[in-house]
Amino acid sequence: MKPKVAFFDFTSCEGCQLEVLNFGEELVELLAQIDIVNFREVRSRRADNYEIAFIDGAITTESDMERIKKVREQAKVLVAMGACACLGGVNCLKNFLPMEENLRIVYGDCARYYNTIPARPVSSVVPVDCYLPGCPMNRYEFLKLAKALLLGKKPELLNYPVCVECKLAGNICAFDKAETCLGPVTRAGCNAICVTSGRHCWGCRGLVDEPNINSEKEILQKHGLTIQDILEKYRHFNGYLIEAGGGPTQHHSLSGEGQLERRPSPPLPLSGEGREVSK
Amino acid sequence: MTQLSINVHHVTRIEGHGNIIVNAKDGKIEEIKWEIPESPRFFEAMLRGRNYEDVTWLSPRICGICSIAHATASIQATEAAFGIKPSEQSMLLRKLLYHAETLQSHVLHLYFLVAPDFLGADSVIPLAATQKEVVLRALRLKKLANDLADLICGRKTHPLSCVVGGFVKIPEAQQLKTMQQKLIEATKDLKKTVELFKGLKIPNFVRETEYIALKDSQEYAFISGDIASTDTGAAPVTDYLSITNEFCVPHSTAKFTKHKRDSYMVGALARFNNNYAQLSPQAQKAAQELGLKAVCHNPYMINVAQLVESIHSLEESLKLIDRILARGLKEERPEVKVKAGRGIGAVEAPRGILFHDYTYDDKGILTQANCIIPTNQNHNNIQKDMEALVPQIINKSQEEITHMLEMLVRAYDPCVSCSTHFLEVKFI
Repeated sequence: MKPKVAFFDFTSCEGCQLEVLNFGEELVELLAQIDIVNFREVRSRRADNYEIAFIDGAITTESDMERIKKVREQAKVLVAMGACACLGGVNCLKNFLPMEENLRIVYGDCARYYNTIPARPVSSVVPVDCYLPGCPMNRYEFLKLAKALLLGKKPELLNYPVCVECKLAGNICAFDKAETCLGPVTRAGCNAICVTSGRHCWGCRGLVDEPNINSEKEILQKHGLTIQDILEKYRHFNGYLIEAGGGPTQHHSLSGEGQLERRPSPPLPLSGEGREVSK
Repeated sequence: MTQLSINVHHVTRIEGHGNIIVNAKDGKIEEIKWEIPESPRFFEAMLRGRNYEDVTWLSPRICGICSIAHATASIQATEAAFGIKPSEQSMLLRKLLYHAETLQSHVLHLYFLVAPDFLGADSVIPLAATQKEVVLRALRLKKLANDLADLICGRKTHPLSCVVGGFVKIPEAQQLKTMQQKLIEATKDLKKTVELFKGLKIPNFVRETEYIALKDSQEYAFISGDIASTDTGAAPVTDYLSITNEFCVPHSTAKFTKHKRDSYMVGALARFNNNYAQLSPQAQKAAQELGLKAVCHNPYMINVAQLVESIHSLEESLKLIDRILARGLKEERPEVKVKAGRGIGAVEAPRGILFHDYTYDDKGILTQANCIIPTNQNHNNIQKDMEALVPQIINKSQEEITHMLEMLVRAYDPCVSCSTHFLEVKFI
């Protein structure tokens, strides 16, 4: 039996779901291994007998809350896909303004029509089994995770900072270009694509498990920057954490024990004996 | 007594969430509604108080499909506010990048979202087994467009190297030459796509409306020009608010728009209807073969216009690479001097004309944003099309009517999550 897979979108740009479609021929190979039963963006037929649920987007309405709880009840494995689902992502920027003000700015005198609640990551509502961080997620990391799940293994994320990949890529340090970079505390796995492409890191993959805070402080000092400068940058994708009183100085884990989330108990229910994994 | 009751809750194979509601009794229509329940995201509020670099970094995240269009509109609005003129090389690279997104978005829509309706499948997924060659062709074309975007800006979804003032990283000449070869090879895949679409039976439904798109005397406009209407001619981009006239409706988190008539259309067909004479030779030939003639009033033909534009984008990409190579690539450092002011960026996203209107203070901090998304401008036209179409097909079965309406919505390639991301800033 092929595992039954579903994709669900909450509040997001849907770019992570599109990344799944951005594979070349690998997509045909992947489709031969899994049975996609629910993927509104590309498929009309919809069924609710899925085992693995991929979640794209943050939770920002009361109906999102209800919907994600239903998905959690059904799914044996729930994967948060992309920065919005993993961290709340850019959606949490609105949390720093009073909601009435957001509504007024955007909808003016029509504000009364709309319901919204502060944006939050999936893990703040239901337990999450696996994470695919990034904005957008890295589709090769998605493929790696899919392979691990098919083999009944627990997928693992890299647990060192972007700086490691950045050095390997031979980039000039963004701090030396007078930019404020979040690479020293952000989880690797993106091949430092932003710095390689001439920018700096915005921290879209969240914090590495044990960020080297002292070293980060030293770097900041050396370049005349303050914690406030970093927090301001950090807010783009990690606003939920800052709101919760965290920030780069507080440990927040996507792969280990986090302070902000309830963790499910491994091993993943797809693993174990008697389960046939199609070859 | 016959009761017709259609409630398609979240139409599939579109970007974002939309519902179709139709109620009729004994052939008498009681209600027709195109409903947008998408969660609002408040980008306009979120951009306030952020510096220009963060603004142009965040804006692409309005939409995963057309992130390059949002990035370009955001960058060009900021450049207009600061009075920056990018170099010729930057503009050539920007146009090339733009064709990459247009091609990839149209291919995604035609093959993954539209074609299954005509090939009797519910999605591209079963087609991967039954029509593998078609699916592989789609994936090849899509990957090629993605690779082109990756080469120019580092990444297709949420681009990186394109910034205010130009590019912080540029491709190497050899990489562009290799890409050009791949694009030449892909022309046969697009020819086969034309053959495929020639064989499809496109519903014959006509409703006259107004078509609005950018128009540039130099070329088939994507990132420059004035606002043109098939009813009223051209107007400068700074007049955009007098074209869009947004208004709220209770059943939609997206605003609706209208200009001279009850509604207007933007997107591939609107561009074709305004600018067909400027299409590349192969694109014009394909339009002829596919029976697309300006001014075309059949919304189902939007898909054909997308295919014609795909051919145009590929041909133009080849020419742009020639020009870039002939000039010789050179590293440039984008220079940005911030100043207080307002700027408007108008571009043709794959789904139609897109406006970003920013006001910055003298430190380069955004104080006000107003953005109007193509799908917002189409919502009202979709509603009016439905109102005209349903009476014509009211005697068909409920399933057939539902299918026709879903196909109509899909033809517009709506990008609903976009349309609820940026809405007019109004101070009360």
